[in-house]
Amino acid sequence: MNPANYLFLSALLFTIGAAGVLLRRNAIVVFMCVELMLNATNLAFVTFARMHGNYDGQIIAFFTMVVAAAEVVVGLSIIIAIFRSRRTASVDDANLMKW
Amino acid sequence: MSEGLQLAVEKIDTPTIEYAELAPMLIVFGVAVAGVLVEAFVPRKARYATHLVLALGGMAAAFAAVVALAGEQEVAAVGAVAVDGPSLFLQGTLLLLGIVSVMLIAERRLEHGGDAFAPQAAAAPGSEAEKEATAANLHQTEVFPLTMFALGGMLLFPASNDLLTMFVALEVMSLPLYLLCGLARRRRMLSQEAALKYFLLGAFSSAFFLFGVAMLYGYSGSLKLDRIAVATGGAMDNDALLLIGMAMVAVGLLFKVGAVPFHSWTPDVYQGAPTPITGFMAAATKVAAFGALLRFFYVAMPGMKWDWRPVMVGVAIVTMIAGAVIAITQTDVKRMLAYSSVAHAGFILTGMLAANEAGASSTLFYLVAYGFVTLGAFAVVTLVRDAGGEATHLSRWAGLGRRSPLLAGVFALFLLAFAGIPLTSGFTGKFAVFQAAADGGAGSLVIVGVLCSAIAAFFYVRVIVLMFFSEPRADGPTVVVPSVLTTAAIALGVAVTVVLGILPQPVLDLADKASLFVH
Repeated sequence: MNPANYLFLSALLFTIGAAGVLLRRNAIVVFMCVELMLNATNLAFVTFARMHGNYDGQIIAFFTMVVAAAEVVVGLSIIIAIFRSRRTASVDDANLMKW
Repeated sequence: MSEGLQLAVEKIDTPTIEYAELAPMLIVFGVAVAGVLVEAFVPRKARYATHLVLALGGMAAAFAAVVALAGEQEVAAVGAVAVDGPSLFLQGTLLLLGIVSVMLIAERRLEHGGDAFAPQAAAAPGSEAEKEATAANLHQTEVFPLTMFALGGMLLFPASNDLLTMFVALEVMSLPLYLLCGLARRRRMLSQEAALKYFLLGAFSSAFFLFGVAMLYGYSGSLKLDRIAVATGGAMDNDALLLIGMAMVAVGLLFKVGAVPFHSWTPDVYQGAPTPITGFMAAATKVAAFGALLRFFYVAMPGMKWDWRPVMVGVAIVTMIAGAVIAITQTDVKRMLAYSSVAHAGFILTGMLAANEAGASSTLFYLVAYGFVTLGAFAVVTLVRDAGGEATHLSRWAGLGRRSPLLAGVFALFLLAFAGIPLTSGFTGKFAVFQAAADGGAGSLVIVGVLCSAIAAFFYVRVIVLMFFSEPRADGPTVVVPSVLTTAAIALGVAVTVVLGILPQPVLDLADKASLFVH
């Protein structure tokens, strides 16, 4: 199978993730969309590694996973802190500061 | 399948790591890890002093290591880290800014014996648990290791010689900062909101950065900046990958420097974060991110100059105009300084866009000048207080010059430096970047830059007028006398601002010598 197809899939997933970040209102869902973008990137890395015949891309995928895990720890702690003080995780309600 | 098996049996050589060349970063990361252990094992009473000694000592040692390495032009850690002029110059700057920031973070005389951070960040604002923690006079000291991790990432960011290292450094620098933003003692809802906004937008932009890295890897088959530069020189078949990759990496980096149209987080985060952290973020993040931006465009993309330059010129122009114009309408000191930092990002981009050696050296100089002024200005903001904490609304600052001439005078000096008035570091910096841009053939940028400086001068001078030529209010804020830590930080800011304004030549020469990137 032509590996370029995986690139198209990766671009599609990345776009879905980016659109989700911009459109969804729940902070957790927004965050999941960011994770989808990172995983789409992983797919692109692995595909390019296959196309170039070197391992760099696969190794980067591991790095991305670790970084994404660290991001989950930090992100969820912030979202939980917000939820406990406001009883909502909607990004629309976080509007004390404007302009 | 057979291809994969052949690759699997290749022998892997043990990589050589040049520990001496990496010493500044290793020391700072070591201190950060030691800080975590201090949190775990040292009794609560002794933690503050231990952290302070560790952090300041570590940064001083790392600075000494940078000085000892001066003049190196090498690639270390199997091509992952570049130890060259710009890296070392920026690392030295970052370490000095880090020392000043830690002094501000450690200040405990302003809040009746507390620091600027929540006694218990996990307790919801206004809850019983929070009241108990405040009554028990709890102090958290995790800010020190978090700051050191962020600083370590910042040291690595401008020095990273491949895109994977750059991405990891970006995250190591950002993740602690997201948390630090949410730790303010006062106005905790604002602070948590700042952390949420910074985190979501930061994660979004780093996903873009990473996808850009994937595209560039797909284009060139390598992550090393110099290999990518070589690949862009040859006539390759698929330019789309290169252009998309370059644009997306640039988006990630421009977000970190706070350039329009990726600046929307700046005012909210600067306003909501605890003020010492705002100072650290405003000064050090900008230095690190501009270092990485310079390295990416100067080392990896010099062959694409005619593609990225027009776009970046547009970004710089919009950044300068938007920053200067929106800052006029602000009524909060911290937000005004945030928009002023957006405008300054535009001025620094002007230097970068000269795309010659003078461009790099003038940008380096501007970053030093800007970093110290910013930290000093935010340090002053921490001192003007009333019953609700810091009095950041501009109307509260009316007549401050009559009540506390020294403090208002110092703040006026910083504002004049922001505005670029002669005999301050801001003038020298602006002169250097505009001259470099004019020589580099970016005349339009210089014209817009000078006009925007004039607009910006208006709102800086307006604050000075407000402080010195209006009546103080009866219920106005008081100026708290800080401990030696904040005093020293402000004094250092004043000294650097004046010295770089009157005698800039030594630092200009140093930046000149340091402007050569290793390839």
